[in-house]
Amino acid sequence: MIETKSLPTQYASQPGPVQTSSGKTLRTDEMIINMGPQHPSTHGVLRLEIVVEGEIIIDVIPHIGYLHRCFEKHAEHMTNYQQVIPYCDRLDYCAAINDEHSYVLAVERMLKIELPERVEYIRVVMAELQRIASHLIAVGTFGIDAGAFTPFLYAFHDRELILDLFEMTCGARLLYNYFWIGGLSHDIPPQFVDKAKQFCTYFRPRIKEFNDLLTYNEIFVKRTANVGVLPKDVALNYACSGPMLRGSGINWDLRRDDPYSVYHKLQWEPQIGKGEMGTVGDVWDRHIVRMREMEVSLSIIEQALAALPEGNVQAAIPKRIRPDAGEVYARTETPRGELGFYVISDGSGTPFRVKARAPAFVNLSVLPAISRGCMIADLVLIAGSVDIVLGQVDR
Amino acid sequence: MDAFQNLGFWRTLLVTVVLSALPLVFILLYALVTIYLEMKVAAHVQDRLAYMRTGWHGVLQPIADFIKLLQKEDIISVAADRKLFILAPYIVFMGTYGAYAAIPFSSIFIGAQIDLGAFFIVAISSLVVVGILMAGWASNNKWSIFGAVRSVAQMVSYEIPTVLAILVGVMITGSLNLQEVTKFQAGGIQDWVIFGGPLPLLQKLLITPFTVITFLILFVASLAEVNRTPFDLPEAESELVQGFFTEYSGMRWALFYVAEYANMFLVSAVAVAYFLGGWGSPFGETLSGPVLGFFWFVLKGMVLVFLQIWLRWTLPRLRVDQLMYTAWKVLVPFLFVCIVAIGLILVL
Repeated sequence: MIETKSLPTQYASQPGPVQTSSGKTLRTDEMIINMGPQHPSTHGVLRLEIVVEGEIIIDVIPHIGYLHRCFEKHAEHMTNYQQVIPYCDRLDYCAAINDEHSYVLAVERMLKIELPERVEYIRVVMAELQRIASHLIAVGTFGIDAGAFTPFLYAFHDRELILDLFEMTCGARLLYNYFWIGGLSHDIPPQFVDKAKQFCTYFRPRIKEFNDLLTYNEIFVKRTANVGVLPKDVALNYACSGPMLRGSGINWDLRRDDPYSVYHKLQWEPQIGKGEMGTVGDVWDRHIVRMREMEVSLSIIEQALAALPEGNVQAAIPKRIRPDAGEVYARTETPRGELGFYVISDGSGTPFRVKARAPAFVNLSVLPAISRGCMIADLVLIAGSVDIVLGQVDR
Repeated sequence: MDAFQNLGFWRTLLVTVVLSALPLVFILLYALVTIYLEMKVAAHVQDRLAYMRTGWHGVLQPIADFIKLLQKEDIISVAADRKLFILAPYIVFMGTYGAYAAIPFSSIFIGAQIDLGAFFIVAISSLVVVGILMAGWASNNKWSIFGAVRSVAQMVSYEIPTVLAILVGVMITGSLNLQEVTKFQAGGIQDWVIFGGPLPLLQKLLITPFTVITFLILFVASLAEVNRTPFDLPEAESELVQGFFTEYSGMRWALFYVAEYANMFLVSAVAVAYFLGGWGSPFGETLSGPVLGFFWFVLKGMVLVFLQIWLRWTLPRLRVDQLMYTAWKVLVPFLFVCIVAIGLILVL
């Protein structure tokens, strides 16, 4: 276990009485303000109770639960295992495919079934497309947090193209119910491969354009470098994952370190923050990790499309899924980090218990620790760089 | 104004009211045009179309918005300080509108022929700060207070570079009366103060780099004066929602809005009068005259307004401490250097 060091505070000032030049004592006081649940920068219905001294933040207390939907209890009361999948979609509604992936992986491991190669490749393509779509939301709204509105619309324009690909495949644009236990709901349509390749060639220059517009903008760098620094040890102690962890310079990506699907057959490297503009683990690092991961995802998609085998898209599974009594924990690398499903089976047709380890929830817990001593404007950026989705935080 | 000396009290009053209504008409028309322009520029920067349904390319949309605002319920929250809350938008608008009195729209039209024109504009537009603080305080909302306090700190700080930059113009033109300042640069584009004014060639060449820098600083400072991106902290959408006018709605909100747009033109007008030849034609005597003068003045002003809009939809926002840093440690020292250098060159 690594010891937690005291956190660096940038504008450290001590609250308390202030002596004026004439010798009088002025009483100063902290102010408590509520950011949210209705606030444009809390990315949903998160409520942050902020204790401030002037513009400087003394403490942040996140209050969650406004979007609680009893996911785990619902999962225990379905008539079968398949019916849980649409509920998984609604966890992280910005990256529904990745949520499904995690859950079906857990059930498939319980059933110990082998999937056709084609299924795995299509799953990788879809998961990576979804990762790009999700990161586009993250970096776009992050631009809004920094005060730049235009990049947001650029990001959403490109996300729209990905949603079109999904719509072409399974008819849905946000919550897909596309990954089924043992396979997929539909095979990809014939024109999908060409369209996806077209998207890849179109999107690469757009990433550069986005970087020119926002990432390397002088003001943006000034705003984000050295802000909200998340040191390695703190990131580990808070069990952060995904771009939060990699932004702090820790090379950990479940797609490589706990391989699932066919990621181990493809050539790619996880991206980590290097502190190019300031300190390792600052807000800018988390942003650039997302930008670079989009490029990595593009290359994964291209490789997977090139290697796409022919075949069936549904493995032979029993009509009524009854895994043997036991338990399994399966995790995947979603755009927000490690999403794990801990599923217990009692041998019946419904899960006895489904526990979701939500990365957004875990990552959010580090917010108070890295926000103390910052300014209100920084808090907005830090919360944006954590990239929370309240559907997943509250479940 | 000498022509109106022997008209008697009532006629003088009538003439005064009519003449002072002219800038108001201008502000309202200009606000409609600029709101449309802002939306269209934003849309084209962002690769979309903006409104297209109300009239040809949506030209009637600002009018529709205006009518909607007129019809809106007038909401004053229970906890607000009623008197201040109602008063604040008028004070903000007054500060802006008052300043239009000393703006030389054309060679024959200036609201008030005062010799301290530039000084008057700087002084009376400071009234805006009072109104904003009043609005933030009266709203009884912590976020609004943040907006108001930020706004006051910002506008007071950026008045220093603005005034210093105007001072450079005063040094070269030798006048605070904007009408005189404009006449000084009447010789066409080569006589504009941004290019050194009508000085001997050697002096002109020496002075031009400094005047260009001064003009750029004036433009940057004026962005902060009117709370535009990258200095839009008082109404930082992502932090304070709308800052000091979050609690306002309907026509009171519209007054703030119009005052903000009027302010954009005001700061541009001062920059145009001092550095870009005011109503003077860029071609000297050709294409000049009272009506064309008005055209040139508005055109130059609108170019600067367009630049402000363009920047707004491109850049992110600064943080409070960076904002102060920019004002006190970057703009002011550079201006001091410019003032000293220009002073030395003028004495040569």
